[in-house]
Amino acid sequence: MNVIEISGLRKSYSVGFFKKTEKVALKGLSLEVREGEVFGYLGPNGAGKTTTLKLLMGLMFPTGGSAKILGLDIDHPRVRTSVGFLPEQPYFYDYLTASELLEYYAQLSGVPAKERSPRVKKMLGRVGLSDVANTQLRKFSKGMLQRAGIAQAIIHDPKIVFLDEPMSGLDPIGRREVRDLIEELHDEGKTIFFSTHILTDAETLCDRVAVLNKGELRGVGVVADLLSSRGATVEIVWRGTSAIASVETLGGKCHVAAEIVRAVLEKSNLDAAIDAVRRAKAELISVTPVQATLEDFFLERIAQPSETTVPAELSI
Amino acid sequence: MTASRIWHISFNTFREAVRDRVLYNLVFFALLMVGSAPLFGQISVGLERIVLVNLGLAAISIFGVVIAIFIGIGLVSKEIERKTLYTVLSRPVRRWEFILGKYFGLAGTLAVNTFFMAVGFFAVLVFVTKSLAASDAQLLIAIYFIILQFLVITAITLLFSTFSSPLLSALFAFGLFLIGSFADDLRGLARMVEGPQHSLLMGLSYIVPNFGAMNVVSQVAHQQSVPATLILHNTLYAFLYAAAALSAATLIFENRNLK
Repeated sequence: MNVIEISGLRKSYSVGFFKKTEKVALKGLSLEVREGEVFGYLGPNGAGKTTTLKLLMGLMFPTGGSAKILGLDIDHPRVRTSVGFLPEQPYFYDYLTASELLEYYAQLSGVPAKERSPRVKKMLGRVGLSDVANTQLRKFSKGMLQRAGIAQAIIHDPKIVFLDEPMSGLDPIGRREVRDLIEELHDEGKTIFFSTHILTDAETLCDRVAVLNKGELRGVGVVADLLSSRGATVEIVWRGTSAIASVETLGGKCHVAAEIVRAVLEKSNLDAAIDAVRRAKAELISVTPVQATLEDFFLERIAQPSETTVPAELSI
Repeated sequence: MTASRIWHISFNTFREAVRDRVLYNLVFFALLMVGSAPLFGQISVGLERIVLVNLGLAAISIFGVVIAIFIGIGLVSKEIERKTLYTVLSRPVRRWEFILGKYFGLAGTLAVNTFFMAVGFFAVLVFVTKSLAASDAQLLIAIYFIILQFLVITAITLLFSTFSSPLLSALFAFGLFLIGSFADDLRGLARMVEGPQHSLLMGLSYIVPNFGAMNVVSQVAHQQSVPATLILHNTLYAFLYAAAALSAATLIFENRNLK
Protein backbone atom coordinates (compact mmCIF):
# COMPACT_ATOMS: atom_id res chain seq x y z
CA MET A 1 0.00 0.00 0.00
CA ASN A 2 1.27 3.46 -0.90
CA VAL A 3 1.15 5.89 2.01
CA ILE A 4 2.60 8.82 0.07
CA GLU A 5 1.51 9.49 -3.50
CA ILE A 6 2.99 12.48 -5.28
CA SER A 7 1.77 13.28 -8.76
CA GLY A 8 3.29 15.97 -10.97
CA LEU A 9 4.13 18.16 -7.97
CA ARG A 10 5.56 21.47 -9.09
CA LYS A 11 6.81 24.53 -7.29
CA SER A 12 8.08 27.77 -8.77
CA TYR A 13 8.85 31.17 -7.30
CA SER A 14 9.05 34.68 -8.62
CA VAL A 15 12.44 36.14 -7.88
CA GLY A 16 13.70 39.70 -8.32
CA PHE A 17 12.16 42.94 -7.20
CA PHE A 18 11.49 44.98 -10.33
CA LYS A 19 12.11 42.39 -13.03
CA LYS A 20 10.42 39.23 -11.88
CA THR A 21 11.78 35.96 -13.17
CA GLU A 22 10.45 32.51 -12.48
CA LYS A 23 12.64 30.05 -10.59
CA VAL A 24 11.46 26.46 -10.73
CA ALA A 25 12.32 24.53 -7.56
CA LEU A 26 10.44 21.34 -8.38
CA LYS A 27 9.57 20.18 -11.88
CA GLY A 28 6.59 17.87 -11.88
CA LEU A 29 7.68 15.33 -9.28
CA SER A 30 5.88 11.97 -9.27
CA LEU A 31 6.71 9.47 -6.56
CA GLU A 32 5.19 6.79 -4.37
CA VAL A 33 6.30 5.61 -0.95
CA ARG A 34 5.07 2.31 0.44
CA GLU A 35 3.85 1.61 3.95
CA GLY A 36 6.55 0.64 6.44
CA GLU A 37 9.55 1.38 4.25
CA VAL A 38 12.54 3.62 4.88
CA PHE A 39 12.64 5.86 1.86
CA GLY A 40 15.75 7.90 1.16
CA TYR A 41 15.36 11.12 -0.74
CA LEU A 42 18.76 11.94 -2.13
CA GLY A 43 20.13 14.93 -3.92
CA PRO A 44 22.84 17.58 -3.77
CA ASN A 45 22.20 20.89 -2.01
CA GLY A 46 19.57 22.89 -3.85
CA ALA A 47 18.08 19.83 -5.55
CA GLY A 48 14.58 20.51 -4.19
CA LYS A 49 14.51 18.03 -1.29
CA THR A 50 13.53 20.54 1.39
CA THR A 51 11.01 22.15 -0.97
CA THR A 52 9.34 18.75 -1.44
CA LEU A 53 9.15 18.21 2.31
CA LYS A 54 7.77 21.69 2.92
CA LEU A 55 5.10 21.11 0.28
CA LEU A 56 4.13 17.82 1.89
CA MET A 57 3.99 19.45 5.33
CA GLY A 58 1.77 22.30 4.11
CA LEU A 59 4.41 24.92 4.81
CA MET A 60 4.43 25.88 1.14
CA PHE A 61 1.75 25.67 -1.51
CA PRO A 62 2.36 23.84 -4.80
CA THR A 63 2.05 25.68 -8.10
CA GLY A 64 0.94 22.47 -9.79
CA GLY A 65 0.28 18.78 -9.29
CA SER A 66 -1.00 17.07 -6.19
CA ALA A 67 0.09 14.88 -3.31
CA LYS A 68 -1.69 12.51 -0.96
CA ILE A 69 -0.65 11.17 2.40
CA LEU A 70 -2.50 8.10 3.68
CA GLY A 71 -4.98 8.59 0.85
CA LEU A 72 -5.89 12.14 1.91
CA ASP A 73 -4.94 15.39 0.20
CA ILE A 74 -2.00 17.00 1.95
CA ASP A 75 -4.08 19.96 3.09
CA HIS A 76 -6.61 17.70 4.83
CA PRO A 77 -6.53 18.44 8.60
CA ARG A 78 -6.44 14.71 9.53
CA VAL A 79 -3.13 14.24 7.70
CA ARG A 80 -1.29 16.32 10.30
CA THR A 81 -2.18 13.99 13.16
CA SER A 82 -0.55 11.05 11.35
CA VAL A 83 2.77 12.63 10.40
CA GLY A 84 5.83 13.76 12.30
CA PHE A 85 8.36 16.21 10.90
CA LEU A 86 11.94 17.12 11.72
CA PRO A 87 13.11 20.14 9.72
CA GLU A 88 16.69 20.56 8.52
CA GLN A 89 18.98 22.04 11.19
CA PRO A 90 16.11 22.53 13.59
CA TYR A 91 16.03 25.33 16.12
CA PHE A 92 13.61 24.89 18.95
CA TYR A 93 12.30 27.26 21.58
CA ASP A 94 15.52 27.52 23.53
CA TYR A 95 13.88 29.00 26.62
CA LEU A 96 12.04 25.72 27.15
CA THR A 97 13.42 22.65 28.84
CA ALA A 98 13.46 19.38 26.91
CA SER A 99 10.46 18.09 28.79
CA GLU A 100 8.52 21.38 28.36
CA LEU A 101 9.23 21.27 24.64
CA LEU A 102 7.87 17.75 24.24
CA GLU A 103 4.89 18.56 26.46
CA TYR A 104 4.10 21.57 24.24
CA TYR A 105 4.28 19.57 21.02
CA ALA A 106 2.20 16.78 22.57
CA GLN A 107 -0.43 19.39 23.47
CA LEU A 108 -0.48 20.77 19.93
CA SER A 109 -0.72 17.27 18.47
CA GLY A 110 -3.80 16.51 20.55
CA VAL A 111 -2.25 13.89 22.84
CA PRO A 112 -4.77 13.45 25.72
CA ALA A 113 -3.73 15.27 28.92
CA LYS A 114 -3.38 12.15 31.09
CA GLU A 115 -1.09 10.47 28.52
CA ARG A 116 1.22 13.43 28.00
CA SER A 117 3.46 13.23 31.02
CA PRO A 118 4.25 9.49 30.80
CA ARG A 119 4.76 9.78 27.07
CA VAL A 120 7.16 12.72 27.45
CA LYS A 121 9.17 10.74 30.01
CA LYS A 122 9.23 7.66 27.80
CA MET A 123 10.29 9.66 24.76
CA LEU A 124 13.08 11.46 26.63
CA GLY A 125 14.37 8.08 27.75
CA ARG A 126 14.16 6.73 24.25
CA VAL A 127 16.32 9.48 22.75
CA GLY A 128 18.69 9.45 25.73
CA LEU A 129 17.75 12.85 27.15
CA SER A 130 16.28 11.79 30.52
CA ASP A 131 19.23 13.25 32.42
CA VAL A 132 18.73 16.67 30.88
CA ALA A 133 14.93 16.67 30.90
CA ASN A 134 14.87 19.89 32.95
CA THR A 135 17.69 21.67 31.16
CA GLN A 136 16.87 24.54 28.83
CA LEU A 137 17.49 23.76 25.17
CA ARG A 138 19.86 26.71 24.80
CA LYS A 139 22.41 24.61 26.70
CA PHE A 140 22.06 21.61 24.35
CA SER A 141 24.72 20.47 21.87
CA LYS A 142 23.79 19.97 18.22
CA GLY A 143 23.50 16.22 18.67
CA MET A 144 21.22 16.64 21.69
CA LEU A 145 19.05 19.10 19.76
CA GLN A 146 18.74 16.63 16.92
CA ARG A 147 17.64 13.92 19.34
CA ALA A 148 15.11 16.32 20.87
CA GLY A 149 14.00 17.06 17.31
CA ILE A 150 13.38 13.39 16.59
CA ALA A 151 11.53 13.05 19.91
CA GLN A 152 9.18 15.92 19.01
CA ALA A 153 8.57 14.35 15.60
CA ILE A 154 7.36 11.08 17.15
CA ILE A 155 5.81 12.26 20.43
CA HIS A 156 2.29 11.76 19.02
CA ASP A 157 3.09 8.31 17.61
CA PRO A 158 2.68 9.22 13.92
CA LYS A 159 2.41 6.64 11.13
CA ILE A 160 4.84 8.48 8.84
CA VAL A 161 7.95 10.36 9.94
CA PHE A 162 9.53 12.95 7.65
CA LEU A 163 13.13 13.81 8.46
CA ASP A 164 14.97 16.53 6.58
CA GLU A 165 18.72 15.90 6.63
CA PRO A 166 18.61 14.23 10.07
CA MET A 167 22.34 13.43 10.11
CA SER A 168 23.56 16.76 8.77
CA GLY A 169 26.22 18.41 10.91
CA LEU A 170 26.44 15.56 13.42
CA ASP A 171 29.65 13.85 14.51
CA PRO A 172 30.01 10.09 13.87
CA ILE A 173 28.52 9.22 17.28
CA GLY A 174 25.55 11.51 16.74
CA ARG A 175 24.99 10.05 13.27
CA ARG A 176 25.07 6.56 14.68
CA GLU A 177 22.49 7.48 17.34
CA VAL A 178 20.14 8.98 14.78
CA ARG A 179 20.63 5.97 12.50
CA ASP A 180 19.74 3.63 15.37
CA LEU A 181 16.61 5.64 16.11
CA ILE A 182 15.51 5.43 12.48
CA GLU A 183 16.07 1.68 12.51
CA GLU A 184 14.00 1.36 15.69
CA LEU A 185 11.15 3.34 14.12
CA HIS A 186 11.34 1.13 11.05
CA ASP A 187 11.14 -1.97 13.25
CA GLU A 188 7.98 -0.54 14.80
CA GLY A 189 6.43 -0.45 11.33
CA LYS A 190 6.55 3.29 10.78
CA THR A 191 7.20 4.71 7.34
CA ILE A 192 10.28 6.92 7.27
CA PHE A 193 10.83 9.45 4.52
CA PHE A 194 14.18 11.13 4.97
CA SER A 195 16.20 13.43 2.81
CA THR A 196 19.95 13.33 2.90
CA HIS A 197 23.08 13.95 0.92
CA ILE A 198 25.08 11.56 3.12
CA LEU A 199 24.94 8.51 0.89
CA THR A 200 26.44 5.96 3.24
CA ASP A 201 23.56 6.55 5.64
CA ALA A 202 21.04 6.09 2.87
CA GLU A 203 22.76 2.92 1.72
CA THR A 204 22.69 1.50 5.24
CA LEU A 205 19.14 2.45 6.14
CA CYS A 206 16.96 2.68 3.08
CA ASP A 207 14.72 0.12 1.45
CA ARG A 208 14.31 2.38 -1.53
CA VAL A 209 15.80 5.68 -2.62
CA ALA A 210 15.01 8.43 -5.07
CA VAL A 211 17.61 10.72 -6.58
CA LEU A 212 16.66 14.33 -7.22
CA ASN A 213 18.69 16.97 -8.99
CA LYS A 214 17.72 20.52 -9.96
CA GLY A 215 14.10 19.80 -9.09
CA GLU A 216 13.91 16.70 -11.30
CA LEU A 217 13.65 13.06 -10.33
CA ARG A 218 16.66 11.22 -11.72
CA GLY A 219 15.96 7.72 -10.49
CA VAL A 220 14.05 5.73 -7.94
CA GLY A 221 14.18 2.13 -6.85
CA VAL A 222 15.31 -0.56 -4.40
CA VAL A 223 18.89 0.13 -3.29
CA ALA A 224 20.16 -3.40 -4.11
CA ASP A 225 18.57 -3.28 -7.57
CA LEU A 226 20.04 0.11 -8.30
CA LEU A 227 23.51 -1.10 -7.39
CA SER A 228 23.31 -4.40 -9.27
CA SER A 229 22.05 -2.56 -12.34
CA ARG A 230 25.40 -0.84 -12.64
CA GLY A 231 27.05 -4.07 -13.91
CA ALA A 232 29.71 -6.05 -12.11
CA THR A 233 33.31 -4.85 -12.29
CA VAL A 234 36.57 -6.32 -11.03
CA GLU A 235 39.94 -4.94 -10.10
CA ILE A 236 42.99 -6.80 -11.34
CA VAL A 237 46.49 -6.03 -10.01
CA TRP A 238 49.80 -7.23 -11.46
CA ARG A 239 53.49 -6.36 -11.44
CA GLY A 240 55.09 -5.17 -14.71
CA THR A 241 53.95 -2.67 -17.31
CA SER A 242 54.12 -4.89 -20.39
CA ALA A 243 50.44 -5.95 -20.35
CA ILE A 244 48.94 -2.46 -20.04
CA ALA A 245 48.17 -1.97 -23.73
CA SER A 246 46.41 -5.35 -24.02
CA VAL A 247 44.28 -4.77 -20.90
CA GLU A 248 43.34 -1.28 -22.03
CA THR A 249 41.99 -2.69 -25.29
CA LEU A 250 39.62 -4.76 -23.10
CA GLY A 251 38.21 -1.57 -21.60
CA GLY A 252 40.35 -1.58 -18.46
CA LYS A 253 41.37 1.70 -16.88
CA CYS A 254 45.01 1.26 -15.76
CA HIS A 255 46.80 3.11 -12.97
CA VAL A 256 50.54 2.52 -12.56
CA ALA A 257 52.47 3.08 -9.33
CA ALA A 258 55.98 1.71 -8.77
CA GLU A 259 55.70 -1.12 -11.33
CA ILE A 260 52.34 -2.16 -9.82
CA VAL A 261 49.43 -1.82 -12.24
CA ARG A 262 45.80 -1.67 -11.14
CA ALA A 263 43.02 -1.98 -13.70
CA VAL A 264 39.26 -1.92 -13.25
CA LEU A 265 37.25 -3.59 -15.99
CA GLU A 266 33.99 -5.40 -16.58
CA LYS A 267 33.78 -8.89 -15.13
CA SER A 268 33.05 -10.40 -18.55
CA ASN A 269 36.52 -9.34 -19.75
CA LEU A 270 38.34 -10.76 -16.71
CA ASP A 271 39.52 -14.04 -18.31
CA ALA A 272 40.89 -12.23 -21.35
CA ALA A 273 42.69 -9.75 -19.11
CA ILE A 274 44.29 -12.55 -17.03
CA ASP A 275 45.41 -14.24 -20.28
CA ALA A 276 46.95 -10.95 -21.43
CA VAL A 277 48.87 -10.60 -18.16
CA ARG A 278 50.13 -14.20 -18.38
CA ARG A 279 51.14 -13.80 -22.02
CA ALA A 280 53.20 -10.76 -21.05
CA LYS A 281 54.85 -12.91 -18.34
CA ALA A 282 53.81 -10.37 -15.68
CA GLU A 283 53.24 -11.40 -12.08
CA LEU A 284 49.52 -11.51 -11.23
CA ILE A 285 49.00 -10.19 -7.67
CA SER A 286 45.23 -10.09 -7.07
CA VAL A 287 41.74 -10.13 -8.57
CA THR A 288 39.02 -8.42 -6.48
CA PRO A 289 35.32 -7.84 -7.26
CA VAL A 290 34.47 -4.12 -7.08
CA GLN A 291 31.40 -3.34 -4.96
CA ALA A 292 29.14 -0.76 -6.58
CA THR A 293 28.09 1.97 -4.17
CA LEU A 294 25.11 4.24 -3.97
CA GLU A 295 27.54 7.09 -4.41
CA ASP A 296 28.49 5.78 -7.87
CA PHE A 297 24.82 5.56 -8.81
CA PHE A 298 24.10 8.98 -7.35
CA LEU A 299 26.99 10.69 -9.13
CA GLU A 300 26.10 9.00 -12.41
CA ARG A 301 22.46 10.11 -12.12
CA ILE A 302 23.06 13.71 -11.19
CA ALA A 303 25.62 14.03 -13.99
CA GLN A 304 23.02 13.09 -16.59
CA PRO A 305 21.52 15.90 -18.65
CA SER A 306 17.88 16.52 -17.79
CA GLU A 307 16.53 15.13 -21.10
CA THR A 308 17.57 11.63 -20.08
CA THR A 309 15.58 11.80 -16.87
CA VAL A 310 13.32 8.86 -16.22
CA PRO A 311 10.23 10.35 -14.61
CA ALA A 312 8.86 7.73 -12.29
CA GLU A 313 9.26 4.39 -10.65
CA LEU A 314 12.30 2.16 -11.07
CA SER A 315 14.45 3.96 -13.51
CA ILE A 316 17.28 1.47 -13.24
CA MET B 1 -9.66 21.35 20.23
CA THR B 2 -9.20 24.67 18.46
CA ALA B 3 -9.58 26.58 21.74
CA SER B 4 -7.12 24.21 23.40
CA ARG B 5 -4.49 24.73 20.71
CA ILE B 6 -4.90 28.52 20.84
CA TRP B 7 -4.55 28.37 24.61
CA HIS B 8 -1.34 26.30 24.42
CA ILE B 9 0.21 28.64 21.85
CA SER B 10 -0.82 31.65 23.97
CA PHE B 11 0.65 30.15 27.08
CA ASN B 12 3.92 29.37 25.29
CA THR B 13 4.09 32.94 23.96
CA PHE B 14 3.48 34.24 27.47
CA ARG B 15 6.16 31.89 28.82
CA GLU B 16 8.65 33.09 26.20
CA ALA B 17 8.00 36.71 27.13
CA VAL B 18 8.33 36.22 30.88
CA ARG B 19 11.60 34.33 30.41
CA ASP B 20 13.03 37.19 28.36
CA ARG B 21 15.34 39.43 30.40
CA VAL B 22 14.63 42.41 28.17
CA LEU B 23 11.06 42.44 29.44
CA TYR B 24 12.23 42.79 33.02
CA ASN B 25 14.55 45.64 32.08
CA LEU B 26 11.68 47.52 30.49
CA VAL B 27 9.34 46.90 33.42
CA PHE B 28 12.10 47.97 35.80
CA PHE B 29 12.57 51.27 33.95
CA ALA B 30 8.82 51.84 33.87
CA LEU B 31 8.57 51.31 37.64
CA LEU B 32 11.62 53.53 38.14
CA MET B 33 9.92 56.28 36.18
CA VAL B 34 6.69 55.89 38.14
CA GLY B 35 8.65 55.84 41.39
CA SER B 36 10.59 58.98 40.53
CA ALA B 37 7.44 60.95 39.70
CA PRO B 38 7.14 62.43 43.25
CA LEU B 39 10.57 64.03 42.79
CA PHE B 40 9.28 65.92 39.74
CA GLY B 41 6.12 66.80 41.64
CA GLN B 42 8.12 68.59 44.33
CA ILE B 43 9.25 71.14 41.75
CA SER B 44 5.72 72.54 41.60
CA VAL B 45 4.10 72.91 44.97
CA GLY B 46 0.53 71.55 45.07
CA LEU B 47 0.84 69.85 41.73
CA GLU B 48 2.36 66.58 42.96
CA ARG B 49 -0.71 64.53 42.17
CA ILE B 50 -1.13 65.93 38.64
CA VAL B 51 2.53 65.41 37.80
CA LEU B 52 2.52 61.94 39.33
CA VAL B 53 -0.60 60.82 37.40
CA ASN B 54 0.65 62.27 34.12
CA LEU B 55 4.12 60.85 34.45
CA GLY B 56 3.06 57.51 35.93
CA LEU B 57 0.38 56.72 33.37
CA ALA B 58 2.58 57.96 30.53
CA ALA B 59 5.29 55.55 31.72
CA ILE B 60 2.85 52.64 31.81
CA SER B 61 1.63 53.51 28.32
CA ILE B 62 4.99 54.15 26.66
CA PHE B 63 6.76 51.14 28.13
CA GLY B 64 3.78 48.95 27.35
CA VAL B 65 3.81 50.09 23.74
CA VAL B 66 7.56 49.50 23.56
CA ILE B 67 7.08 45.98 24.94
CA ALA B 68 4.16 45.30 22.57
CA ILE B 69 6.17 46.39 19.54
CA PHE B 70 9.47 44.92 20.67
CA ILE B 71 8.00 41.47 21.26
CA GLY B 72 5.28 41.74 18.62
CA ILE B 73 7.63 42.32 15.69
CA GLY B 74 9.18 38.90 16.20
CA LEU B 75 6.02 36.96 16.94
CA VAL B 76 5.75 35.51 13.44
CA SER B 77 8.89 36.61 11.59
CA LYS B 78 11.24 35.22 14.27
CA GLU B 79 9.40 31.91 14.21
CA ILE B 80 9.84 31.72 10.43
CA GLU B 81 13.48 32.80 10.58
CA ARG B 82 14.33 30.24 13.26
CA LYS B 83 12.12 27.58 11.67
CA THR B 84 10.36 26.93 14.99
CA LEU B 85 7.13 27.51 13.09
CA TYR B 86 7.75 24.45 10.90
CA THR B 87 7.35 22.01 13.76
CA VAL B 88 4.19 23.79 14.89
CA LEU B 89 2.40 24.08 11.55
CA SER B 90 3.27 20.51 10.54
CA ARG B 91 0.92 19.49 13.37
CA PRO B 92 -2.86 19.81 13.41
CA VAL B 93 -2.54 23.55 14.02
CA ARG B 94 -4.27 25.89 11.61
CA ARG B 95 -2.50 29.09 10.68
CA TRP B 96 -5.25 31.32 12.07
CA GLU B 97 -5.04 29.43 15.36
CA PHE B 98 -1.34 30.21 15.48
CA ILE B 99 -1.97 33.93 14.85
CA LEU B 100 -4.66 34.11 17.53
CA GLY B 101 -2.54 32.12 19.99
CA LYS B 102 0.40 34.47 19.49
CA TYR B 103 -1.86 37.51 19.86
CA PHE B 104 -3.51 36.38 23.06
CA GLY B 105 -0.15 35.34 24.48
CA LEU B 106 1.34 38.79 24.01
CA ALA B 107 -1.88 40.55 25.04
CA GLY B 108 -1.87 38.45 28.23
CA THR B 109 1.77 39.37 28.87
CA LEU B 110 0.95 43.05 28.50
CA ALA B 111 -2.09 42.76 30.77
CA VAL B 112 0.01 41.14 33.50
CA ASN B 113 2.76 43.76 33.08
CA THR B 114 0.24 46.56 33.22
CA PHE B 115 -1.23 45.07 36.38
CA PHE B 116 2.16 45.14 38.13
CA MET B 117 2.99 48.62 36.84
CA ALA B 118 -0.45 49.83 37.98
CA VAL B 119 0.13 48.36 41.45
CA GLY B 120 3.45 50.26 41.57
CA PHE B 121 1.74 53.42 40.38
CA PHE B 122 -1.01 53.25 43.02
CA ALA B 123 1.54 52.50 45.73
CA VAL B 124 3.44 55.68 44.84
CA LEU B 125 0.16 57.62 44.63
CA VAL B 126 -0.84 56.52 48.13
CA PHE B 127 2.67 57.34 49.37
CA VAL B 128 2.47 60.88 47.96
CA THR B 129 -1.17 61.79 48.64
CA LYS B 130 -1.44 59.71 51.84
CA SER B 131 -4.96 58.63 50.81
CA LEU B 132 -7.08 57.40 47.92
CA ALA B 133 -10.25 59.28 46.94
CA ALA B 134 -13.30 57.79 45.19
CA SER B 135 -12.45 59.96 42.18
CA ASP B 136 -9.21 58.01 41.84
CA ALA B 137 -11.29 55.17 40.36
CA GLN B 138 -11.13 57.26 37.18
CA LEU B 139 -7.47 56.32 37.06
CA LEU B 140 -8.53 52.73 36.49
CA ILE B 141 -10.45 53.84 33.42
CA ALA B 142 -7.34 55.54 32.08
CA ILE B 143 -5.40 52.31 32.68
CA TYR B 144 -8.18 50.33 30.98
CA PHE B 145 -7.85 52.62 27.94
CA ILE B 146 -4.08 52.05 27.95
CA ILE B 147 -4.76 48.30 27.83
CA LEU B 148 -7.11 48.90 24.89
CA GLN B 149 -4.27 50.74 23.15
CA PHE B 150 -2.04 47.71 23.75
CA LEU B 151 -4.64 45.38 22.23
CA VAL B 152 -4.71 47.50 19.07
CA ILE B 153 -0.97 48.08 18.74
CA THR B 154 -0.26 44.37 19.37
CA ALA B 155 -2.67 43.37 16.58
CA ILE B 156 -1.09 45.93 14.24
CA THR B 157 2.45 44.80 15.05
CA LEU B 158 1.44 41.19 14.54
CA LEU B 159 -0.03 42.13 11.16
CA PHE B 160 3.26 43.72 10.08
CA SER B 161 5.17 40.74 11.46
CA THR B 162 3.37 38.38 9.03
CA PHE B 163 4.89 39.97 5.93
CA SER B 164 7.72 42.26 6.95
CA SER B 165 11.13 42.13 8.62
CA PRO B 166 11.34 42.91 12.36
CA LEU B 167 13.03 46.27 11.74
CA LEU B 168 10.46 47.45 9.21
CA SER B 169 7.63 46.11 11.36
CA ALA B 170 8.92 48.14 14.30
CA LEU B 171 9.18 51.29 12.17
CA PHE B 172 5.68 50.83 10.73
CA ALA B 173 4.15 50.10 14.13
CA PHE B 174 5.85 53.03 15.90
CA GLY B 175 4.93 55.30 13.00
CA LEU B 176 1.31 54.24 13.16
CA PHE B 177 1.26 54.66 16.93
CA LEU B 178 2.58 58.22 16.64
CA ILE B 179 0.19 59.20 13.83
CA GLY B 180 -2.69 57.45 15.61
CA SER B 181 -1.96 59.42 18.80
CA PHE B 182 -2.62 62.59 16.82
CA ALA B 183 -5.53 61.31 14.70
CA ASP B 184 -7.81 64.11 15.89
CA ASP B 185 -5.20 66.73 15.00
CA LEU B 186 -4.88 65.13 11.60
CA ARG B 187 -8.64 65.53 11.16
CA GLY B 188 -8.34 69.18 12.21
CA LEU B 189 -5.59 69.69 9.66
CA ALA B 190 -7.75 68.08 6.98
CA ARG B 191 -10.51 70.61 7.66
CA MET B 192 -8.06 73.44 7.03
CA VAL B 193 -7.13 72.33 3.52
CA GLU B 194 -9.19 71.71 0.40
CA GLY B 195 -9.14 69.49 -2.64
CA PRO B 196 -7.43 66.11 -2.81
CA GLN B 197 -5.28 66.88 0.23
CA HIS B 198 -8.45 67.24 2.29
CA SER B 199 -9.75 63.82 1.20
CA LEU B 200 -6.35 62.25 1.67
CA LEU B 201 -5.80 63.60 5.18
CA MET B 202 -9.38 62.92 6.22
CA GLY B 203 -9.21 59.36 4.89
CA LEU B 204 -5.89 58.81 6.65
CA SER B 205 -7.24 60.13 9.93
CA TYR B 206 -10.01 57.51 9.84
CA ILE B 207 -7.76 54.64 8.74
CA VAL B 208 -5.07 55.07 11.39
CA PRO B 209 -6.00 53.80 14.86
CA ASN B 210 -7.30 56.67 16.95
CA PHE B 211 -5.05 56.33 19.98
CA GLY B 212 -5.75 59.95 20.88
CA ALA B 213 -9.33 59.05 21.84
CA MET B 214 -7.98 56.37 24.19
CA ASN B 215 -5.77 58.83 26.03
CA VAL B 216 -7.61 60.35 28.99
CA VAL B 217 -4.53 60.77 31.19
CA SER B 218 -4.78 64.55 31.29
CA GLN B 219 -8.50 64.39 32.19
CA VAL B 220 -8.07 61.96 35.06
CA ALA B 221 -4.99 63.84 36.30
CA HIS B 222 -7.28 66.86 36.75
CA GLN B 223 -9.90 64.60 38.37
CA GLN B 224 -12.42 65.07 35.56
CA SER B 225 -14.78 62.16 35.00
CA VAL B 226 -14.70 60.06 31.86
CA PRO B 227 -18.11 59.67 30.17
CA ALA B 228 -19.55 56.15 30.05
CA THR B 229 -20.23 56.54 26.31
CA LEU B 230 -16.52 57.06 25.69
CA ILE B 231 -15.75 53.84 27.56
CA LEU B 232 -18.25 51.99 25.38
CA HIS B 233 -17.05 53.62 22.15
CA ASN B 234 -13.38 53.00 22.88
CA THR B 235 -14.04 49.39 23.88
CA LEU B 236 -15.95 48.67 20.68
CA TYR B 237 -13.48 50.59 18.56
CA ALA B 238 -10.44 48.80 20.01
CA PHE B 239 -11.98 45.35 19.65
CA LEU B 240 -13.14 45.99 16.10
CA TYR B 241 -9.82 47.52 15.06
CA ALA B 242 -7.84 44.65 16.60
CA ALA B 243 -10.18 42.11 14.97
CA ALA B 244 -9.71 43.78 11.58
CA ALA B 245 -5.92 43.82 11.96
CA LEU B 246 -5.90 40.17 13.05
CA SER B 247 -8.14 39.20 10.14
CA ALA B 248 -5.73 40.90 7.74
CA ALA B 249 -2.78 39.17 9.45
CA THR B 250 -4.52 35.80 9.10
CA LEU B 251 -5.37 36.43 5.45
CA ILE B 252 -1.75 37.24 4.63
CA PHE B 253 -0.33 34.42 6.71
CA GLU B 254 -2.74 31.80 5.34
CA ASN B 255 -1.33 32.35 1.85
CA ARG B 256 2.30 32.78 2.76
CA ASN B 257 4.89 30.28 1.56
CA LEU B 258 7.31 29.56 4.40
CA LYS B 259 10.59 29.49 2.48
